[in-house]
Amino acid sequence: MYEKSFKLEIVTPKKIVFKDKATSLSAPGVQGGFQILHSHAPFLATVEIGETKMKDSEGRDTIFATSGGFLEVKNNSVVVLVETAERAPEIDVRRAEEAKDRAIQRLHSKDHDVNLGRARLAMLRAMNRLRVVVKV
Amino acid sequence: MATLREVRTRIIGVKKTQKITKAMKMVAAAKLRRAQAGVIAARPYARKMMDLLCHLVGSLDVSSNSLILPREIGSIALVVVTSDRGLCGAFNTNLLRAAVEHVEKQYAVENKRGNLKVFCVGRKGFEFFSRRQYNVAGKHIGVYNNLVFGQAQMIARQLVDGYMKEEFDKVEVIYNEFKSVAQQRIVIDQFLPVSVSSEDAALAKGSVNYIYEPNPIEIVNALLPKHLDFQMWRVLLESNASEQGARMAAMDNATENANEMISMLQLAYNKARQASITKELLEVVGGAEALKKTG
Repeated sequence: MYEKSFKLEIVTPKKIVFKDKATSLSAPGVQGGFQILHSHAPFLATVEIGETKMKDSEGRDTIFATSGGFLEVKNNSVVVLVETAERAPEIDVRRAEEAKDRAIQRLHSKDHDVNLGRARLAMLRAMNRLRVVVKV
Repeated sequence: MATLREVRTRIIGVKKTQKITKAMKMVAAAKLRRAQAGVIAARPYARKMMDLLCHLVGSLDVSSNSLILPREIGSIALVVVTSDRGLCGAFNTNLLRAAVEHVEKQYAVENKRGNLKVFCVGRKGFEFFSRRQYNVAGKHIGVYNNLVFGQAQMIARQLVDGYMKEEFDKVEVIYNEFKSVAQQRIVIDQFLPVSVSSEDAALAKGSVNYIYEPNPIEIVNALLPKHLDFQMWRVLLESNASEQGARMAAMDNATENANEMISMLQLAYNKARQASITKELLEVVGGAEALKKTG
């Protein structure tokens, strides 16, 4: 099956996670999820912690667990700038579970030193990873 | 002339030192490879981030954003990035000297009034500044033991917080940039307020009409802290790679010098040995002669 494609790059501070052609990409925007297809208009968005799903030119789906960042569409090429992006096999389930427990503990503690915003984000990240693992 | 035994012990000692410097060189080389890979891996993200920022700053009025708008300068924060450990040649010395020179040249007045706050990343810098007439406002020691993004984030947040509370009106970072394995370059970067070179901004201006989600101002507000975290991360990576490069070069030199020293000592040892043999021979011959005469 032939589908029109666009260039996709998923870049994190650690490495370029993905750089190839894709036919579809859905990402979790701050105002709700959206999907990018070939020849999308120039677009700039912030993305939240969530699942970024792409379909490559051979029609295979890949799900990434991504944490917050940005997405830019220009000249039929898409750049996703996120802090982390992991495919399901790369996710360390034990670590994610531990992180989730730790974050929940911190959220429930009465200690005033606890940074609630950070703990909440940590929990969201961990839960997102676990969700992606389960899906595959 | 040193005695035979003295020279022998020296040789053994130098050889032991050489073993250590050789091992340190190997370790530095291995760490350097990893650090270098980190620097290179971070570059695409840095480039894209900068593109995005330039574009945003160019295409809309962000002068209202307090992280970008320059303020009148009352006090300064200087972040000095050094290493935790020594034995890396002139790596720290050069950087500290450059930092002091920079302060004398630019901020002598502020420093006298105590309006220059020094943030030290790395033990060597802290040891240096805490012993002198400087206002050390913060230290981060041991970040290189486990270099993770969160650490850079923590440092950057501290600086942004201080900046927002108007504890200082400008933040500069001085660090060693990784140029090549054998070369480091001392760089002073302005960290806050965020400056975007006007050329880049002009280039990006009006090139594309984006659809923004949610809206440009919020995107800038989300982008700037990330940008700053990332800048700090890049600085740490660069400095770490430079440190390992400098250490490798220094240890290579030390190993080389040890070699030279060993060959010199060996020569002295051989000479001393020969001299002692000659002396003994003379004594034996002299004794035999004396016996012959009496006999």
